[in-house]
Amino acid sequence: MREILALDGNAAVAHAMRQINPDVVAAYPITPQTSTVQTFSEFVANGLVKTEFITVESEHSAMSACIGAAAAGARVMTATSSAGLAFMWETLYIAASYRLPIVMLDVNRALSGPINIHCDHSDTMGAREAGWIQIFSENAQESYDNFIQAVRIAEHPDVLLPVMVMHDGFITSHAMERVELLTDEEVRNFVGEYKPAFPTLLDVHNPITYGPLDFYDYYFEHKRQQVEGMAHAQEVILEVAREYEKLSGRKYGLFEAYRLEDAEVAIVVLSSTAGTTKAVVDKLRAQGKKVGLLKPRVFRPFPAKELADALRHLKAVAVMDRSISFGAMHNAGPLYLEVLSAQRIYGGSMPVVDYIFGLGGRDIVPAQIESVYDDLFRILETGQVERLVTYLGVRE
Amino acid sequence: MPKGTGWKDIPLGGLILEAGNSVEYKTGGWRAFRPVRDAEKCIHCLFCWIYCPDSSILVQDEKMVGFDLEHCKGCGVCAQVCPVKCITMTPETEFEKEK
Ligand code: SF4
Ligand code: SF4
Repeated sequence: MREILALDGNAAVAHAMRQINPDVVAAYPITPQTSTVQTFSEFVANGLVKTEFITVESEHSAMSACIGAAAAGARVMTATSSAGLAFMWETLYIAASYRLPIVMLDVNRALSGPINIHCDHSDTMGAREAGWIQIFSENAQESYDNFIQAVRIAEHPDVLLPVMVMHDGFITSHAMERVELLTDEEVRNFVGEYKPAFPTLLDVHNPITYGPLDFYDYYFEHKRQQVEGMAHAQEVILEVAREYEKLSGRKYGLFEAYRLEDAEVAIVVLSSTAGTTKAVVDKLRAQGKKVGLLKPRVFRPFPAKELADALRHLKAVAVMDRSISFGAMHNAGPLYLEVLSAQRIYGGSMPVVDYIFGLGGRDIVPAQIESVYDDLFRILETGQVERLVTYLGVRE
Repeated sequence: MPKGTGWKDIPLGGLILEAGNSVEYKTGGWRAFRPVRDAEKCIHCLFCWIYCPDSSILVQDEKMVGFDLEHCKGCGVCAQVCPVKCITMTPETEFEKEK
């Protein structure tokens, strides 16, 4: 029977891991991810999974152990946050370039310094070029659902790329919510038995080499192959989502459009803040204001065309970024820059502005989101864009 | 896999699917100094064969017979360990002149 439990985001993902029952989990504790693998380690200790659980001395070692285990033919998972992800930097690229379908939870947390343990998206935004698929979750239910789907996406023969699933540090990771679990058997059947795509390191009858020297004569071709995996990922993500919807009744896409169709102005924002924004949209809609929301789910591969199509009819758009791309155009956020490029190629002539918010866990409250919609309506009235980038909630 | 194969036809992720093919990767072009042996002086002790890090000492019937110049990288270890100092590391430019 399916259970409905009160779980925080980290426990929800730990249950997804239990139901997937991976061969190997190698992890190192870091706030606010720690309770994910801690809860999972209890499942291991209680014999609920057959997973080989490797405690390592750092995140660099955690991802290295994951890479070794995946190359040896295991279904592999891990979890991290912030500085932990940064410490995996080198090995993130190795996992992606060896085409190992590792699945990882990253609980979004600010990067030091000054040192901070609370939510923003600077950790995974920094890793956006590493070759991993990136899926953001609004709440615990989405994180659970995304984590299960991630296994199928990563292992699909047309993709073969690692996937990181994100939810917001503390806001989602430590807040108790209603989470509907599939049954263990449903998850087991959905992910299926793992069949590695290549001969593995432990296959003594088919000896192979992983990670040889790859110079100017082949490296370029291998990078071109990685692009192909990424290019196929979008269709696979949708295919897996359709199948998951049939099973769970919960619908997923490349992004979620909320009251967007007949909207005049809209906000584009990731993760938990999208949940807060929905409440603001409902309030303003009740006052007759035509506002909407677009919440990207898949950030890598970025669904440029689909997103530009969904925004094209709007008269003004605000992107809200929970990180800064220092030194980029106007020091804007990475989500803003992607939305602008999508608009440049696929059309749309409305003004698009950026709001940097919530850095280092700074609260974002409904009144602030309402002020963003007010700003958008002011742009409509005056036809003037005063600022391209606004720091929402910083003290002057 | 023939040289110059395109991205669609090479194994994914830099995997090498067959064993023992590193011999096909010619590294002799990296060499700046070439080992040249004075065969008259050689006592066939095979120290060079033991020490060569690239398995580039050619041996037949327990006799040192020459160097595998497609793989020798010119490190000079053989010249260093040779007890009778019959190996001279010679600049590759000398052989360029010969051509
Ligand atoms: S120079 Fe170095 S690589 Fe070449 S034969 Fe001597 S020991 Fe081997
Ligand atoms: S070490 Fe010198 S003497 Fe001994 S086999 Fe080699 S070249 Fe000949």
